[in-house]
Amino acid sequence: MDFAGDHFSLFDLPATFRIDSALLDRRYIEMQSQVHPDRFASAGDSARRLSEQWATRVNEAYQTLRKPLPRARYLLHLAQHDIGSENNTAMPADFLVEQMEWREAVAEARAAGNHHELEHLHHRLQRALASRHEEIAALLDDQHDLEQAADRVRRLMFEEKLLSEIDDAIAAGEE
Amino acid sequence: MALLQIAEPGESTLPHQHRLAVGIDLGTTNSLVATVRSGLAVVLSDELGRPLLPSVVRYLADGHAEVGYEAQARQADDPRNTIVSVKRFMGRGLRDIANHEGLPYVFDDRPGILRLHTAAGIKSPVEVSAEILRVLRQRAETALAGPLVAAVITVPAYFDDAQRQATKDAARLAGLPLIRLLNEPTAAAVAYGLDNAAEGIYAVYDLGGGTFDISILRLTRGVFEVLATGGDSALGGDDFDHRIFCWILEAAGLRPLSVEDARMLLTRAREAKEYLTLHGMAPINARLNSGEVVDLTLSTETFAEITRTLLAKTMQPVKKALRDAGLSISDVKGVVMVGGATRMPQVQRAVGDFFRQEPLNNLDPDKVVAIGAAMQANLLAGNGRAEDDWLLLDVIPLSLGIETMGGLVEKIIPRNATIPTARAQEFTTFRDGQTALAVHVVQGERELVSDCRSLARFELHGIPPLVAGAARIRVSFQVDADGLLAVSAREQTSGAEASIVVKPSYGLTDDEIALMLKDSLLHVREDAALRALKESQVDAQRLLEAVRTALASDGELLSDSERARVEADILRLEDAVGGDNRRQIMLAMDDLEADTKEFAARRMDKSIRQAFAGRNISDIEAAALPARSGEMQ
Repeated sequence: MDFAGDHFSLFDLPATFRIDSALLDRRYIEMQSQVHPDRFASAGDSARRLSEQWATRVNEAYQTLRKPLPRARYLLHLAQHDIGSENNTAMPADFLVEQMEWREAVAEARAAGNHHELEHLHHRLQRALASRHEEIAALLDDQHDLEQAADRVRRLMFEEKLLSEIDDAIAAGEE
Repeated sequence: MALLQIAEPGESTLPHQHRLAVGIDLGTTNSLVATVRSGLAVVLSDELGRPLLPSVVRYLADGHAEVGYEAQARQADDPRNTIVSVKRFMGRGLRDIANHEGLPYVFDDRPGILRLHTAAGIKSPVEVSAEILRVLRQRAETALAGPLVAAVITVPAYFDDAQRQATKDAARLAGLPLIRLLNEPTAAAVAYGLDNAAEGIYAVYDLGGGTFDISILRLTRGVFEVLATGGDSALGGDDFDHRIFCWILEAAGLRPLSVEDARMLLTRAREAKEYLTLHGMAPINARLNSGEVVDLTLSTETFAEITRTLLAKTMQPVKKALRDAGLSISDVKGVVMVGGATRMPQVQRAVGDFFRQEPLNNLDPDKVVAIGAAMQANLLAGNGRAEDDWLLLDVIPLSLGIETMGGLVEKIIPRNATIPTARAQEFTTFRDGQTALAVHVVQGERELVSDCRSLARFELHGIPPLVAGAARIRVSFQVDADGLLAVSAREQTSGAEASIVVKPSYGLTDDEIALMLKDSLLHVREDAALRALKESQVDAQRLLEAVRTALASDGELLSDSERARVEADILRLEDAVGGDNRRQIMLAMDDLEADTKEFAARRMDKSIRQAFAGRNISDIEAAALPARSGEMQ
């Protein structure tokens, strides 16, 4: 069996950004029900070791494909397209200004203990993420524009980091 | 002339053997052992018909230990030697234990894991837990009339690596054939889900004697997928007792107490808590050694009031777990209540209010974890029938990371990653000719090393001397299905395997365990050599069973000569198992393992090919796991 094959072929799925997630879920379960260590708990050492390696491999592939950001990064990686440096200098100024505005809004709501506003920002950002995903889907699957796709993926990385910061602020407010 | 017995192809040559398997709930307050008998999971009781074993160990000056009710009865008059709630000490240092000054024990002040001075000498929490496990093992072996082949022990989902490792070490000391550490809420979900043919998103709210867990699971046709978990491994029913205890001190205006009086009042506090489950008022009466008399009445309302903040503390992890799972309250189809502490009315009310639904209480909250563990042990031991099949996909509760420059943490494996999981990280040297490297592994969510738990320091040796920055050392972190971390390292440019020295921050080293094993065997007057022989015989039988099953189902994957070699190994091992030479058994096992290694790989390939083949069937549903029927119980 091809242990080193790519994550898409492991689940027998086309290597695209748009993905049938219900099918991915089902195939993940099918694979795990064959290779999971619980299936080999009473087997010999070598079978147990192999099972652990396979189950780890299947988990890694699933974790990479099920969420849009790692999936997009992985597709670029498969196309040997470097997404470039992860620092601000590579980003256009208008995007950075927009990010700063978001951050100010989060910091303000956080300082004021405005839970409602944080929830509102969370939902607004999620809508922005959804359209970012569509943009990336079009660039990767339809236009095959890796250059532009890499740029949008970099933006997505900033936006996801921002989302986790909002969530942390919401969590901190609950404590 | 004897006739040769020839088995049908695809049929085992042996009648199916039922392997003795148990599930153990090693609780803070009480422990239980359960097994599956004729398809039914049952808790095994002691000779007096009592299912629970109080998790209390009293050490005597002659080196012996009393465990359970006997020890519990003596806790007020011998508090120093009577260890209660030892689970709170597992994998912990003294500094980690909140108000340890108030505890009646004499702690050892060495750094690293906490240890206790007792009449029987210095004891680590691992040894104390092993005493409890040993009693449960004996109970099971008596009830099932034979040595155990497989044991599943449950741990709080929120237990970190050190706490899990300590539990595993205790099992080893107790001579239990541990095949899996299982998260308590997941065990409860198995018992509940299979019993009720449940489907959808479920929350398991597990408030035990000393630990709190929340797990969010997705149940679909025989698959139990943990989406997120959270909790507090130092919050439980004990804390509610302690609040009542403090209330008594204040209401009765008592001065600082002797350890004996304090222990007695804590017992009264626990009794009052239990009484309030069914009554509106609880009388609290006691005569202290100091001559003072306590005569109070605690109402449900006051009890709810003084424990409000404890309940609020359980709700934070609940919210966080839901957020981690990307779900909201309305997605949750049911909330399963687990742990004796969920009997408190204010807990039921708070959980019901939060989830906006009546919590599910149809399984005994004291027994449900042991029952689920027994079902899982039975499945893992290979006793399940084809239609009783399910799959657990569990997660790691806390992120694993390593220390980087400036005392910061770099996360290597994020929390809630499905296990088993692995990540590799490359390191380099910063000095010319450097041949060793130290890696500090921590667990937790905070950014500073000092705010996370230190798990271990790994020293890598044998790195080839190169100029600074030239060596490429790839360190692999592997978390297994028990949630335990293993680390390995390889130098990339030379391919040299770096050797690793592990220094657990809050654990025992292999040498310490080996020594304890020797001591404990001497102490209980079990013959160490005989015990080791028996263990290797059990291991050998398990291997023989596994290989026979493999040959029966996939024998065609071997060439004639390969098969002949395997069969010769089997005969030799069977021969050795019948004798009493442990070394011979081990050697024969090694040979059989070596000659079936390639076979195991081919079988794994075949399974994976089957997973692929299933997809070509037009009805993809048929290729998935068999649908759950509610006939397990």
